[in-house]
Amino acid sequence: MTRRPRHFPGGIHPDQHKAESNATPIATMPLLPRYVVPLRQHIGTAARACVEVGERVLRGQPVGLAEGYVSTGAHAPTSGTVVAVEARAVPHPSGLFDTCVVIDADGEDRAVEFQPLAWRELDPSALRNRVRELGLAGLGGAVFPSYIKLNPAPQPIHTLIVNGAECEPWITCDDRLMRERAPEIVEGIAVMRHALGCATVLIGVEDNKPEAITALRAAVAAAGADFEVIALPTRYPSGGGKQITYLLTGVETPTGGRSTDVGIQVFNVGTAYALQRAVTRGEPLISRVVTVTGHVARPGNFETRIGTPINDLLAAAGGALAGASGEIVGGPLMGFALMDLAAPVTKAVNCVIVKNPSQFPPRPVDLPCIRCGACARACPAGLQPFEMYWYSRARDFGRAQGYDLFDCIECGACAYVCPSHIPLVDYFRHAKSEIWEREREKSNADQARQRHEFKTFRLEREKREKAEKFAKAAEQTKAAANAVETGADPEAERKKAILHAALERAKKAKETVTPKNTDNLPPAIQGEIAEIEARRRAAGLADTPEKTGNDTP
Amino acid sequence: MLEAILVMAGIALVLGGVLGWAAIRYRVEEDPLVEKIDAILPQTQCGQCGFPGCKPYAEAIAKGEADINQCPPGGEDGVRRLAELLGVEPKPLGEGLEPKPRAIAVIDENLCIGCTLCIQACPVDAIMGAAKQMHTIIADQCTGCELCLPPCPVDCIHMEVVKEDVASWKWRYPVHMMKRVA
Repeated sequence: MTRRPRHFPGGIHPDQHKAESNATPIATMPLLPRYVVPLRQHIGTAARACVEVGERVLRGQPVGLAEGYVSTGAHAPTSGTVVAVEARAVPHPSGLFDTCVVIDADGEDRAVEFQPLAWRELDPSALRNRVRELGLAGLGGAVFPSYIKLNPAPQPIHTLIVNGAECEPWITCDDRLMRERAPEIVEGIAVMRHALGCATVLIGVEDNKPEAITALRAAVAAAGADFEVIALPTRYPSGGGKQITYLLTGVETPTGGRSTDVGIQVFNVGTAYALQRAVTRGEPLISRVVTVTGHVARPGNFETRIGTPINDLLAAAGGALAGASGEIVGGPLMGFALMDLAAPVTKAVNCVIVKNPSQFPPRPVDLPCIRCGACARACPAGLQPFEMYWYSRARDFGRAQGYDLFDCIECGACAYVCPSHIPLVDYFRHAKSEIWEREREKSNADQARQRHEFKTFRLEREKREKAEKFAKAAEQTKAAANAVETGADPEAERKKAILHAALERAKKAKETVTPKNTDNLPPAIQGEIAEIEARRRAAGLADTPEKTGNDTP
Repeated sequence: MLEAILVMAGIALVLGGVLGWAAIRYRVEEDPLVEKIDAILPQTQCGQCGFPGCKPYAEAIAKGEADINQCPPGGEDGVRRLAELLGVEPKPLGEGLEPKPRAIAVIDENLCIGCTLCIQACPVDAIMGAAKQMHTIIADQCTGCELCLPPCPVDCIHMEVVKEDVASWKWRYPVHMMKRVA
């Protein structure tokens, strides 16, 4: 029995452009002299560099360690020397630089010792920890750390959906992967099922990839697994997480929620393949398949190490042809313009398209919205893009949010059908990042308010305490003075008596004169002294004549 | 007829009693408007509005003693939101009050003599240090109010504009392309 896929609302049928790159097998990129590994390749906190400049690294050795919960590590793509840990160009719509570990390859490509895991015997929790260490993140585009998604808590997962829809035009990396490496993908799915403990496994593939469907079905049969491979009608964006969930199960993801809220987890086929390599070979995520297509000499798919500069990747595809007008990272609908060709391939980069003016003409001038509603008919999330557009354009983000802006998956279907060529998704992305910024500001302001209030309270308290202390001290002095005056305090009286006695004793001791060394002498010595004194007087030296009582003649 | 009047009067008495009791029991001590205004203010506690902190400014606005356009860190957006809350027309920021890019204070640790004057000046306790020990700013907590700059006897504190990075980057407002008509 095979399930019949359902129909999600909206969607579009853009030109496929898959044939350009899906005819040739996946080629392996040659070893390059230099790799640039960004430390922020996933959603969440960037990894922390754990190597220093000048350090020698081996292939698969960690260069960045996961920092915080939503984070994962980064690994050296080959053996060589770390020549820099600094801000470099990264594939990001902003064109801003971000911290990267730059490795000069030594050409030997020696690897650390990989430790394969006996995953069937392994506890799912230990398996997840290993997956975290090996740097796995979703390869479908959102690059969410996989170890978190492999955790069936807090919601138990009953259905695992493996997403092989690859609905965006031009991209064929999952197609080639499914055709060529279906047995590995199936084993990877088995590992996922083991970790999640779910009953049902559904694999959805768009029906424009019949070879992939055949290969997967054969691999599932060969493995004796009960995974169901379902052909989906080709319609963009059937590969969106919420869309494929609805297509395969008929379950809608609640607004503002994830598919896990309804007990369904979605993984990309590329992630399943990477997981198989991580588990059965113990190899960290250091390479992925990337489609290079568009206006290049030899479009195709390349097994590319993470950190490969994109200009080297383009060179491997024969280089851009004359008349190229820029590059897109990702697909034509959801991707972004690449600012710097030196930016490296990351875990998120699934496709690089070289544009030419005939296939990718510059965006026409946008005209006013005519309220035709075409965008609402095309929206796969059932939203009203024109309403969100008006409010986003007027910077009234609160009202835009009121139209469920955050349920927008930014698929670009609305902008694709818009007869006025309004870049709707650009407005929605702008509105979303403004709202996030406001939330951040608000939480900062709340913290500042709390700290300020506490400081004010603390100062008040200190002042009060000081005042109390002074008041107490003053009171004590006053009380003591009063006690002396009235003589009421027996303790003070006693102390006074002791003091008086001591003074008396000292006075007495002073009166008792200490004997001099000329007193109490024997008469012989007394006579001698008198004689000496007499002589001194005779010589006129005596300074105290009156003392002796004798007058000099 | 009389019955009906009595019933109505009874209901009115009971409900009036409940309302009267509730008014006393659940009395709101503070003016909720002050709280609402304070929630919009950016809490930098910088005093650029002429009041010693955001709360006093909020109280002054609530009493009608201060204008809504005195807060440069809140910017035009803040003025607009205050205007919306109070039902008045938004207006440009007051004379000589220019919003600046967000910055945080940085202490040059080689010059700091450990006098603690900046710690006393900081309205949000974002400076760590002790007497004759080096001080440092807790960057995450710094509101950029600049109140620590004047008390420093050795001028070792300066403001650094917060640079945009990949994590804090925002999508720009889409560019409108104009069509040439003639």
